[in-house]
Amino acid sequence: MSEQTTRIDVRKTYKLYVGGAFPRSESARSYEVHGADGGFLANASLASRKDARDAVVAARKAFGGWSTRTAYNRGQVVYRIAEVLEGRRAQFEAELRQAQGVDAAQAAASVDAAVDRLVWYAGWADKLAQVVGNANPVAGPYFNVSVPEPTGVVAAIAPTDPLLGLVSVVAPLIVTGNACVVVASEEHPLPAITLGEVMATSDLPGGVVNVLTGRRAELGPPLASHLDVDGLDLAGVSDPALATELEVLAAENLKRVRRPAPAERPEDLLAEPPLERMTTFVETKTVWHPRGL
Amino acid sequence: MLAAMAARPTLDLPDPGDVTTLDAAASDTPPAPPAPPEQLAPSRSDAELRAWLHGLPGVDQVGAERRAAMLGTRSIKTTAKAYALDLAISMVDLTTLEGQDTPGKVRALAAKAQRPDPTDRSCPRTAAVCVYGDLVGVAREAVGDSGVQVAAVATAFPSGRASLEVKLADTRDAVAAGADEIDMVIDRGAFLTGRYGLVHEQIMAVKDACRRPDGTSAHLKVILETGELATLDAVRRASVLAIDAGADFIKTSTGKVQPAATLPVTLVMLQAVRDHRERTGVMVGVKPAGGIRTSKDALKHLVMVHEVAGPDWLDPAWFRFGASTLLNDLLMQRMRLRTGRYTGSDDVTLD
Amino acid sequence: MTSTAHPAHQAHATGSAGPATPFAESPFAYAPAPESTAVVDLRDSYGLFVDGTFVAGTGTPFTTINPATEEPLAQVAEASDADVDAAVRAARRAFEQVWGPMPGSERAKYLFRIARIIQERSRELAVLETLDNGKPIRESRDVDVPTVAAHFFYYAGWADKLEHGGHGTTPLGVAAQVIPWNFPLLMLAWKIAPALACGNTVVLKPAETTPLTALLFAEICQQADLPPGVVNIVTGAGATGRALVEHPGVDKVAFTGSTEVGRGIARAVAGTSKRVTLELGGKAANIVFDDAPIDQAVEGIVDGIFFNQGHVCCAGSRLLVQETIAEEVLDRLKRRMETLRVGDPLDKNTDLGAINSAAQLARIRELSEVGDAEGAERWSPACELPERGFWFAPTLFTGVTQAHRIAREEIFGPVLSVLTFRTPAEAIEKANNTPYGLSAGVWSEKGSRILEVAERLRAGVVWANTFNRFDPTSPFGGYQESGYGREGGRHGLAAYLQGGHA
Repeated sequence: MSEQTTRIDVRKTYKLYVGGAFPRSESARSYEVHGADGGFLANASLASRKDARDAVVAARKAFGGWSTRTAYNRGQVVYRIAEVLEGRRAQFEAELRQAQGVDAAQAAASVDAAVDRLVWYAGWADKLAQVVGNANPVAGPYFNVSVPEPTGVVAAIAPTDPLLGLVSVVAPLIVTGNACVVVASEEHPLPAITLGEVMATSDLPGGVVNVLTGRRAELGPPLASHLDVDGLDLAGVSDPALATELEVLAAENLKRVRRPAPAERPEDLLAEPPLERMTTFVETKTVWHPRGL
Repeated sequence: MLAAMAARPTLDLPDPGDVTTLDAAASDTPPAPPAPPEQLAPSRSDAELRAWLHGLPGVDQVGAERRAAMLGTRSIKTTAKAYALDLAISMVDLTTLEGQDTPGKVRALAAKAQRPDPTDRSCPRTAAVCVYGDLVGVAREAVGDSGVQVAAVATAFPSGRASLEVKLADTRDAVAAGADEIDMVIDRGAFLTGRYGLVHEQIMAVKDACRRPDGTSAHLKVILETGELATLDAVRRASVLAIDAGADFIKTSTGKVQPAATLPVTLVMLQAVRDHRERTGVMVGVKPAGGIRTSKDALKHLVMVHEVAGPDWLDPAWFRFGASTLLNDLLMQRMRLRTGRYTGSDDVTLD
Repeated sequence: MTSTAHPAHQAHATGSAGPATPFAESPFAYAPAPESTAVVDLRDSYGLFVDGTFVAGTGTPFTTINPATEEPLAQVAEASDADVDAAVRAARRAFEQVWGPMPGSERAKYLFRIARIIQERSRELAVLETLDNGKPIRESRDVDVPTVAAHFFYYAGWADKLEHGGHGTTPLGVAAQVIPWNFPLLMLAWKIAPALACGNTVVLKPAETTPLTALLFAEICQQADLPPGVVNIVTGAGATGRALVEHPGVDKVAFTGSTEVGRGIARAVAGTSKRVTLELGGKAANIVFDDAPIDQAVEGIVDGIFFNQGHVCCAGSRLLVQETIAEEVLDRLKRRMETLRVGDPLDKNTDLGAINSAAQLARIRELSEVGDAEGAERWSPACELPERGFWFAPTLFTGVTQAHRIAREEIFGPVLSVLTFRTPAEAIEKANNTPYGLSAGVWSEKGSRILEVAERLRAGVVWANTFNRFDPTSPFGGYQESGYGREGGRHGLAAYLQGGHA
């Protein structure tokens, strides 16, 4: 038996996920992320207002192409994210245990739920229009049909739950054809960036999902007031004052706002999600055309 | 033919004889001689006409019906109604087109046309009487120099299913007997199978047959029989084709096919003559015929003439009603307007 | 030419006609055909409708006038904060004790009753709407009132079928509804019919310039024996509306009006649990391709911008015409505009009535002058406008670009801005280049082009080869700053049910 030196592991630098790339914050700031045991895990990028702005630009650029993909194709891409996530589940389980201090079974259950949630949404891609769209029997010689279309660029503040929370806000947005800028769990940002790696390798076009890490209170206002953002999901905002502030800012260009669940009735992320997660960020378009010979 | 074609945009279709194929260019063999022009002319003409007629803006049926319905809501009262009723009377082509027509019937009709309301000398005469060709002489004699025109249906009316020879003879016969106006039918079978050249030529030939020895001409009304053309797109194309071939009037119907004149059909035809004037400066008349039985119908048509074609068409020279029972309703409305009382059928003459 | 001449011979002799007689010089002058106002029994003053009865308001009464004559029609009570509070409380009581617990099948019968009474009193409603609003009687008679009855009839049928609608069956509670002056009674129907069908009770504030048909509707509720408090009507201006929207006792705010006020409402409800739907402004593009059915397209342009004096949030106020046919379309459009009849709204032949208020007229004039100043070319047909009342001739501006204010701002009047394009992509880009997104029009005979353009237009309602069509079954509402939520159709239920979103 010879003496063996302990191998020094190679740590990952956690950056942002914007426009399909992994840039550092333009502010060159970071913040320390600690595990449940209080130990140092990594420095996460502390995204700035300008990062938020860049992310919106990336999302807007991606929206046109993504929203015109066929629903079938979007469903396949979301399913592909589930596949790749499943393949990297060990890494996510480890990150979740470190971040949240959960045991192996709980971490595995979280990953299961995240994968299953993605699969569930993947299947919705080409069904939502059939469930929430319909023909309208107008009293006249017209063909008339209402269909859902994506709202556009949606900003989301993800819930604290690092993986399932993120998947729960991102999947319904992208499966319906929106592009999004999501502020990861402020407390547990690392799995979000790892999920970015999953998305970057899942045929998801760059810019469709952009992940920022940092402070909700810093990133929320520039996103809520951005005039090129069409919707705002406040799922992860637990501070009522911040939620109100962001909703007020969102009124400037009449963003569609999904309010956070009230504190007395928190959202159960493990339950089957309500359709409202998708339908809040779709627009019903109604097309008329005469019928004649 | 060529002179008439010059009035509209022509297409530079390649002469089949000039077509250069790769093979022909590569070999020394001289190209096959062109087919005789007499054989090529009709089919090329069909293609050319099709390209033109099918290139016209489409007509959206629902939109056209909406416009017609909206104009139908105009409320024509008091002085406007008095004006419109007199105008409508003066636009009637008082018509009898029955197998049982007799000289006596035609004379009665001609008397009515000249004095529609025997109790009121201020009542205008109708524009014309319209009869079958064999009764033209009787009608001519009966109307005399009253100003009432004699119109004759011709060209194997109403089906038009006869040889061109017979159609032309029918026309010449009526003109020779003293007809001022000829109401011809187009060959709907040819039109519906895309033989536009044939339809065009036949109209031109009938127009030629309308010529009198003194160089004047009977005026030609071309009946499109819109009930058989079925779509408003076809009505517009047939209107344009007839106008191009030299029609003085385009007329909706024979009265023997349902539906006959409808407001949307008249609307499309009025748009066609309006557009033709815009393009060429030449006015063509419009005559809805069949199915217009009440004053209300007639007034709706006049509103449409007014607001679609324009005020210049508010004139029997440019707009007619082909009708029989309409006249009595116009007269009853006219009496009611003058006296303030409703009238009964015994207050007008029944012939 | 008189009818006793020998016109046929003369005309035939000429064959060609020379220059066209201008429409204005037509011998066929339509005599006045005024609708009688005898059917309307106007009172000198009107109170608020709260808890099933008319009560005096405690605010400062105001006068509503006929915009076509500037003559006063009636005094109307202003609802103070206390009056609004009383109305909300009445609505709450009715929601909790009567209307909420009532089976849907019974609610339905009340709504059917209301629909029938509207049909029975249709002429009265149409005349009153025209008097108070200034819109042509042809439109109030043929569009507004029949659509109102249809709307109640449609939603009546939903009341006992909500479990099939996809939005659950649980009502929200008390709905605060604030409506504009452009379609006073129709907007009332769009608000009240779905709210009641879903089991909510309402407090509705009509616009201060057009309160009368809403008050007549209150009488209809009485005739229908609708339980007290289910429908409450509070009249007043912005302050009354604010008190209503901000009242802590309302569960739902539904607003139709300007984007500016809509923004304020969105801010006011932030942080509350109030649900909101907003139907706001628009600057719709009406795209005419060179293969359009041209005569119907011209009608659609006219319908698009001159319907209801252009006081329509979804008005086709930006004409985008392909350059290949721009000249021809403009010629035809101008000729068509010459036949528009502007004047007495009660005349059955009037196409364009009065502008609703002096303030709106000032706004239209101001923006039109901006158009002049920006170098756009203004054109209006020759038309005599009445001396009294608020009038604006049908107007179009050519030489307009996307940079002009008259191409960007909602004028809300009979003013059309004409822009041109060369390719479909350019048309779509220009059409979407607006913060609004309520409606759009597209004209082409090519099916595949229609479908692709309709898909790419960012607007809640796309009218292809038609414009300004409305139906109770058809959802209506905007993208972007034109608001959110849908009114009409199955989608319209979502705004008034707990399970309803989008």
